[in-house]
Amino acid sequence: MIAVVSAGHGLALAAILFAIGFAGLLARRNLIVVLASIEIMLNAAGLAFVAAGARWGQADGQVMFFFILTVAAAEVSLGLALAISFRRYLRRLDVDRAERMKG
Amino acid sequence: MTFLFYVAAIVAVVATLLVVTRSNLVHALLYLIVSLTAVAVVFYTLGAPFVAALEVIIYAGAIMMLFVFAVILLDLRSDEAERVPARAWIGPAILGVILLVELTVAVASSHSGGPGTSVPAQRVGETLFGPYVIGVELASMLLLAALVGARHVADRRDEPEEPDAPGNGPPDEAAS
Repeated sequence: MIAVVSAGHGLALAAILFAIGFAGLLARRNLIVVLASIEIMLNAAGLAFVAAGARWGQADGQVMFFFILTVAAAEVSLGLALAISFRRYLRRLDVDRAERMKG
Repeated sequence: MTFLFYVAAIVAVVATLLVVTRSNLVHALLYLIVSLTAVAVVFYTLGAPFVAALEVIIYAGAIMMLFVFAVILLDLRSDEAERVPARAWIGPAILGVILLVELTVAVASSHSGGPGTSVPAQRVGETLFGPYVIGVELASMLLLAALVGARHVADRRDEPEEPDAPGNGPPDEAAS
């Protein structure tokens, strides 16, 4: 049980990464970069869980990171399949064109 | 250990900023791998070696490989060089800074400041397959559903007529 880095600094890093991912999600129009921004935000949420788990010395934070990892993998596989379908129909990966997808 | 944490944190923030600002898609994905690896080092310094290994193997390995394979399958030629005008960043940057301030205030006003303690992988495993075992079962079902769903969404059978003809998108798309 060695003392490690202050968990508050880990939470602050998670907040910074989440804000960057959020800004990228809003600003970018490329579907792949939008998915990457969502990955950044999910990873930041997992970092917050791990930092909080380290603060209280509990394993639950790391277990929650495992579940976030599972959700991220499922989300990104569906999102990339959608991107392939999206490009096949609309020729470009611009999310503003999604209004033409018609199901 | 603290020095390692700060170096890795700075690398993670800079690499993540480059991910959301690069116009070249492949460069953005490579910077995302750098960012995820730096976060793995952060996990290690926070006393979570099991999660650090998971981050490298699954995030930087499997998930990013999925991104790269998708880029290969998409056969991007011109549209990956997306130019974002500087004024398009104003609104998202303001909202992001507001979110960051809120999160920082929330963290600073909580009791999360003290030093953490390392949690070994053995305790994580005991917790994962003890009280959370139903979550592991649900995770396996979620991954199976994602597999079937991805297979269905990317199915070529739904393709429009004349798949190899140029400009085979929807009618309004071909006209523009």
